[in-house]
Amino acid sequence: MQDLKLKAAEKRGAHQLGGDNLVGWDEVTQGIVLTSFDGDATGVSHKKAEERNYSDFNSYTATVASWRVMKPVFNIDVCIDCQNCWVWCPDSSILSRDKQMLGIDYDHCKGCEVCVEVCPTNPKSLLMFSEYEDLGNALASWPEKKKKEKK
Amino acid sequence: MAVEFEVNEREVWDGNYAASQALRQADVDVVVAYPITPSTPIVENYGAYVGNGYIDGEFIMVESEHAAMSGCIGASAAGGRVSTATSSQGFALMVEVLYQASGMRLPIVLNVVNRALAAPLNVRGDHADMYLGRDSGWLQMSAFNAQEAYDLALCAFKIAENHSVRLPMMVHQDGFITSHTAQNVYPLSNEAAKKFVGVMNPVDDMLDFSRPVTYGAQTEEDWHFEHKAKQHKAIMDSASVIDSVFAEFKELTGREYNRVETYDMEDAEVCVIGLGSTVESARVAAKEMRKEGVKAGVVAMRVFRPFPYEEVREALKGCKSIAVTDRSSPGGAMGAFYNEVAAAMMTSQSRPLVTNYIYGLGGRDLSIENIKTIFREQQANADAGYITTDIQQFTNLRGPKLGFFKTERN
Repeated sequence: MQDLKLKAAEKRGAHQLGGDNLVGWDEVTQGIVLTSFDGDATGVSHKKAEERNYSDFNSYTATVASWRVMKPVFNIDVCIDCQNCWVWCPDSSILSRDKQMLGIDYDHCKGCEVCVEVCPTNPKSLLMFSEYEDLGNALASWPEKKKKEKK
Repeated sequence: MAVEFEVNEREVWDGNYAASQALRQADVDVVVAYPITPSTPIVENYGAYVGNGYIDGEFIMVESEHAAMSGCIGASAAGGRVSTATSSQGFALMVEVLYQASGMRLPIVLNVVNRALAAPLNVRGDHADMYLGRDSGWLQMSAFNAQEAYDLALCAFKIAENHSVRLPMMVHQDGFITSHTAQNVYPLSNEAAKKFVGVMNPVDDMLDFSRPVTYGAQTEEDWHFEHKAKQHKAIMDSASVIDSVFAEFKELTGREYNRVETYDMEDAEVCVIGLGSTVESARVAAKEMRKEGVKAGVVAMRVFRPFPYEEVREALKGCKSIAVTDRSSPGGAMGAFYNEVAAAMMTSQSRPLVTNYIYGLGGRDLSIENIKTIFREQQANADAGYITTDIQQFTNLRGPKLGFFKTERN
């Protein structure tokens, strides 16, 4: 079973896109320039996401998945850790560490279905379900391995 | 290390060459350009300075003006001192990106050599392109001759890059009349110019890896309005910085610039207000009118954006009748400049008569005689106490007289 809390840093998706603090014209940043990190960010590219000091302006700290109507569900029992989904995901929403698939970042996933499309296993390790489908039910209804058709 | 380019105390330069020398002396880091008549020599010369080792800069040729301004934005956001030049159709293609530059508060200096917009295709000077940039959020200055094209380009970097301004700035000069007419120009020494413009101190530069930033964020109805309001306030507030840079420039060179220039206005009762090379003709015409006993004066817009509302009112307060000259096809309205001056004078104590003259489209000459006719009509208005002519008239146009609207009188 997947652990959805796994690798989810405290700040990830902590607020709605657009921010909670609607300041006045005199307080907005000059040129709509937004800082990505709080403090000195030297060498930040060598740190893992959950170790980075993301600022409130970084979309990492905002949930940007509000328009998703279908979600991919990940089944760890079928996955072979090929990393295809991680490579193809356009929103960096596949959580993976040390080439091991861990789950989906539902704060940033838009439900585009690319991960399902590229998954090579039989049955697929990722399938689309309604946004409102309970994860337990989704996993319980996972299809069987497709047998080769008899000639 | 760049090779020293020798300049004499007095040079014979045209407006384009003068502007390109300003770019060289200002040590511009990056020029991203696409050539278009009549502004081409500005960027061409900069490219030559780079090629011949006179400047440690980068000259990037791209596939269009849209790409040129986009490249300028990238280089400016990275933290460089950036400039380019364009005209007319090229300017029109740049427009979409001009708003990006100003919204992101990038201090790019754009040398605009003004030229008419097609159709019909025309390479000569009018202010259609200048007006197209009116609402783009850029600061706009107008040079009336080659010396001013040089002086104002140097000032533009200093104004735009000031940390309380951080806005892009256009320096306008008239196509061919200014850009291709060789005149005496008194440049600063390389050292003095470099010292005057100063070192570029970047803000939020993308090459600062200790502080990564996002440029070009999307904002919807909950944020966009506040950002645009802040930008407008910055444009309005830039006036004081422009004044102080002009003051510093005067101290260095003795050449004085004001956001609104006035000539023979101390006791003037009638006046012509305009911008570009026409100002010099109008000054000659005003002097001749004074010999005929008409108290004529000239007001010129040095800075078009931010619009010097109060200074315009102050300059015109003693006038009885004012001719506002628009060198751009008004497209079904009064001239845009007329509307701005008229609005300013509407809230003044004196509320003088304000009339609109459309002139010089596509490089059509405006002669001293034409301007004297305008002055005489203003005198007739002043004497009658109302606008005796059509409120908007076309000047030096072939065919039947073309004009629109009359004053409402009972």
